[in-house]
Amino acid sequence: MVEARQLPRRANPRLWLAGGWLLAVLMAAIFAPLVAPHDPLAQDLMLERLPPFWVTGAEPGYWLGTDSLGRDLLSRLIYGGRIAFAVAFAAAIAACLTGSALGLVAGYFGGWADRIVSRIVDIWMAFPPVLFAILLVAVLGTGLSSVIIAIAVIDWTRFCRVVRAEAMSQARMDYVENARIAGFSRIDVMLREVLPNVLPTIVALLSLEMGIAVIVEAILSFVNLSISTDDPTWGGMIAEGRLSIHQAWWVLVFPLIMLILTVLSFSQFGEGLKSRFDPVLR
Amino acid sequence: MILQRTLTRLLTMIATLFGVAVVVFVVIRIAPGDPIAMMLPPGASQADIDRLRALYGLDKSLIEQFVIWLSGVVHGDFGTSISLRQNVLGLVLGRLPATLELSIFALLIALAIGLPLAVLGARERGTAVEAGIDVANGVALSIPDFLWGLVLILLFGVLMPVFEISGRVSPQLDLPFTTNFYLFESIVRLRFDLTANLLGHMFMPALALALPLAAIIAQLLKQSLKELLTLDYMVLARVKGFSETQVILREGLKNAALPTLTLVGVQFTFLIGGTVIVERLFSYEGLGNMAIDAVVNRDLPLIQGIVLVFALLFVVINLAVDMAYALLNPRLRHG
Repeated sequence: MVEARQLPRRANPRLWLAGGWLLAVLMAAIFAPLVAPHDPLAQDLMLERLPPFWVTGAEPGYWLGTDSLGRDLLSRLIYGGRIAFAVAFAAAIAACLTGSALGLVAGYFGGWADRIVSRIVDIWMAFPPVLFAILLVAVLGTGLSSVIIAIAVIDWTRFCRVVRAEAMSQARMDYVENARIAGFSRIDVMLREVLPNVLPTIVALLSLEMGIAVIVEAILSFVNLSISTDDPTWGGMIAEGRLSIHQAWWVLVFPLIMLILTVLSFSQFGEGLKSRFDPVLR
Repeated sequence: MILQRTLTRLLTMIATLFGVAVVVFVVIRIAPGDPIAMMLPPGASQADIDRLRALYGLDKSLIEQFVIWLSGVVHGDFGTSISLRQNVLGLVLGRLPATLELSIFALLIALAIGLPLAVLGARERGTAVEAGIDVANGVALSIPDFLWGLVLILLFGVLMPVFEISGRVSPQLDLPFTTNFYLFESIVRLRFDLTANLLGHMFMPALALALPLAAIIAQLLKQSLKELLTLDYMVLARVKGFSETQVILREGLKNAALPTLTLVGVQFTFLIGGTVIVERLFSYEGLGNMAIDAVVNRDLPLIQGIVLVFALLFVVINLAVDMAYALLNPRLRHG
């Protein structure tokens, strides 16, 4: 690590571009009441299906147009970011903590702990994830916390598998043995020696998982199972857009662009962070 | 050694399926909301509700219900769908061919895109072509099938309406099929007009499913090929006068195929998992689409049946890949 720090840091445009986009969307979502030009729920049937500003027939002030109920798309996108980011952070962190803890224990201690955890992972991997998510939300009842719980319950295995493998290979290394000889307890070694070495991988996965959580939330909204239908969500907007696709393409296009850019940014941000942390990859 | 390996894998497979059965059984029974009450018209008497509840075995304890259901499943009886009032196994088997055809078609598309890109990338290593392939792979990989589906709907369903974006086959067509493997049967019966119609409907959802997998294949295979190309016998082949492409195709692919095979197997199960939402998106009448309806209607027996069939599909594919790997890998074969 000491050598790695001495290497000159090259600016990583991917990291900055992705991070910039995510920060911009996050800020817009947090300050939505100040940023959004309109009330995202206000319906006006006189203004239904207005096209975006560059198309003839657009109404000034409705930059990205309106949906079939006359609601302002830009404002709905900004407010939709609130739910997307809330789900992204909460679900990804919950999945990360559960999965990493179990993976660390399974990989470092091995034996029966590893057998039990691996069995559960096998069972989880045999579920189609989207169907599992839909089923869980249907069971838990729609709502923000159900969506977060469902994603965490399904996706902890992503962290578990990777961290387990990483912890296993770390556990075999000399420094772990040395720490044990130096008199540290197994849990001490796991937390002080193994965990820091697994951390770059976890951070990259966490960013990736946030992107996945945004998609899963959108899928749940799309099948009408996410939060109450009143709150604007990107997935809900996509579902509306899919229905009016031949009359008003923009209702589908803008939330889709939003989702694509956000998911790409999360994965690029994760990759960028990983290569920044990881001396081998740099 | 292979026999022992197979036995262990089979036992693990059964344990996994049992675990899936337990999890799905417990999860859907803690669900609030009464599926029976949803079946009856409002104003039905309590006696009616109780009678129906007994009919579906929902009046017994959770463990009793599980034992009854499991012994049924072992005998091929998955129960009766509450919302459709038909045999669950019949319903599932009726839809499974549609999902299988879609998944396999998607796999073929992924291979058709991924393999040439890998070979091209390995041949043009270090050039702008390889860099371009890497960027395309990165993008294809980061965007999940659900979003690809929407992009394709916009591009080829609306902007340039060349492909169908809804359904499995045009509803006005007269179908002479006796099985639900429409695509396969249309080819066997030489009804290529129907084949074309089916493919026209399948292409968009299959491409949406295929793109992320194509990127994975291209990336991994290219990496293996590049590593192989530095080895002595590859250098020798080049010295013998084979062109770069010939070297890759004759020597490289043969040796890089094995690690790719394992990965494609695992990724194929992910692809099948993706059919659930992609089928919904394209109103394709497959198993996944039916699964979402089953969840929305709280059709417990149907949900159980579908989840179990998906799980069975996944473990069988993993087993098959494992077997293929053991058979093809000389180290394991003689080990």
